[in-house]
Amino acid sequence: MTDALMLLSFGDNGWGDQIARGTLVTVSLALASLPLGLVVGFLVALAKTSSEASMRAAANIYTTLFRGLPELLTLFLVYYGVQILLNELVRQFDPTANVDVNAFVAGMVALSLVFSSYASEAFLSAFRGIKQGQYEGGYALGLSKGQTMWLVIAPQLIRLALPALGNLWLILLKETALVSVIGLEDLLRWAGVAARVTKEPFLFFGTACLIYLALSIISSAGLSRIDAWSRRGEVPR
Amino acid sequence: MSVNTLAPIAARKPPPAPERGWTGSRIAGHVLMALWIVSGAFLLLYLANNVMSPFVQRYWSQYLEGAVVTIELVALSMVLGALLSLPIALARSSRNPLLSGLAYGYVYLFRGTPLLAQLFLIYYGLGSFRGFFSDIGLWWFFRDAWYCAIFSFTLNTAAYQAEILRGAVQNIDKGQWEAASSLGLGKGVTFFRIILPQALIVALRPYGNELVLMIKGSAIVSIITIFDLMGHTRRSFSRSYDFQAYIWAAVLYLMMVEGLRRIWDRLEARLTRHLKRSA
Repeated sequence: MTDALMLLSFGDNGWGDQIARGTLVTVSLALASLPLGLVVGFLVALAKTSSEASMRAAANIYTTLFRGLPELLTLFLVYYGVQILLNELVRQFDPTANVDVNAFVAGMVALSLVFSSYASEAFLSAFRGIKQGQYEGGYALGLSKGQTMWLVIAPQLIRLALPALGNLWLILLKETALVSVIGLEDLLRWAGVAARVTKEPFLFFGTACLIYLALSIISSAGLSRIDAWSRRGEVPR
Repeated sequence: MSVNTLAPIAARKPPPAPERGWTGSRIAGHVLMALWIVSGAFLLLYLANNVMSPFVQRYWSQYLEGAVVTIELVALSMVLGALLSLPIALARSSRNPLLSGLAYGYVYLFRGTPLLAQLFLIYYGLGSFRGFFSDIGLWWFFRDAWYCAIFSFTLNTAAYQAEILRGAVQNIDKGQWEAASSLGLGKGVTFFRIILPQALIVALRPYGNELVLMIKGSAIVSIITIFDLMGHTRRSFSRSYDFQAYIWAAVLYLMMVEGLRRIWDRLEARLTRHLKRSA
């Protein structure tokens, strides 16, 4: 027991600081993927509610593609694909050049792609929960299309989409574990390194699982706060 | 009489639809769709050019083997997970606080941590207890990557399926229980013959989603050296440095997932046809 505590302690003898650093990478990767995924997901959902058939079809292809591919494969496609493309491009100018794609950025892009395709479905069902009269009311007051969207529709949309988006956030947090495969030094990566060096795999992978669990619990608490905030205008029933 | 000159309403032609101009969203939609079509055409051309390439000649049989391994893994763990989810769901909705607390903890633990971390914990982590497992004669099981993958996938999907099942059973009207009990049926018979069949129909869609998630999630077993579709993909890429390794894998995975989704939609439409009101 004391051995285990020593291995997990901070400082030179323990792996505490590495694990803490890995946790920070995991959290920041998830936080960095979130805004991009939300924005793209919202735009794709807007396209899906468009009156233009071509717009809807284009958006549906996007969703089908990134919901159908395994996340790990999307990650490899982005990581190696972008690397190969960039190298081809750069070698047009300088044949000896070599570009390395940052694992963090590749992970962020891949996770955002997956997140946005699921988020677009969440936004879409939220859009369907908003009555046509809300738009008409906005236009009748002389608001422009953008103003109606921002001032009238968006606040209701957030409220409706929040439960589904909260679930997607929890999934995103767990999916960040995949980037350890392309060498990003996240929580799971450091747990694996520590397990190999100390020959205590159960201790370190168990710790990693518990940290993920703690992150989920913290997120759930935070999400219920946000949910309460988004409902602040509702009459308590 | 002017009334007679009017044709019956049904025979009147509807006014022509107002002409749609080239609005911004219409142009954007056409441009985006054109982009998809062009990239799809490029992809098809690329694949057609490479169908007879040395890469495909050399690796296509391995890709098929890998796909079979993926399907085996998912099918086995789905079925085993379904069996395991039944007692968990029952425990979760039991009135005994200890039982329901344990089941809740199990579900929370497996849904709150990444599948990859669970896989590592079981495959590498349980190696810490090698002596113990050797003593009880189970080391052959936990030494093997394939058994460990099935074990951890079963435990993981059981947690998700237990929640699906519990939600579906709770959704069944209480009157069904009361009616069965007034007919003198026992609790077990009521559950298995009356409640469960109705619950499974409600649960059909989430089960389909779980199946798709499992197919996609199963790609991570390639990390613990199992040669499923992803495993063969990664090996062929590391040997050939040919990016088409990943393109073919993407095509195969998309075909599996989309095919399954469509079959599942058909199945659901067929099984719930008695619930739809005819218009």
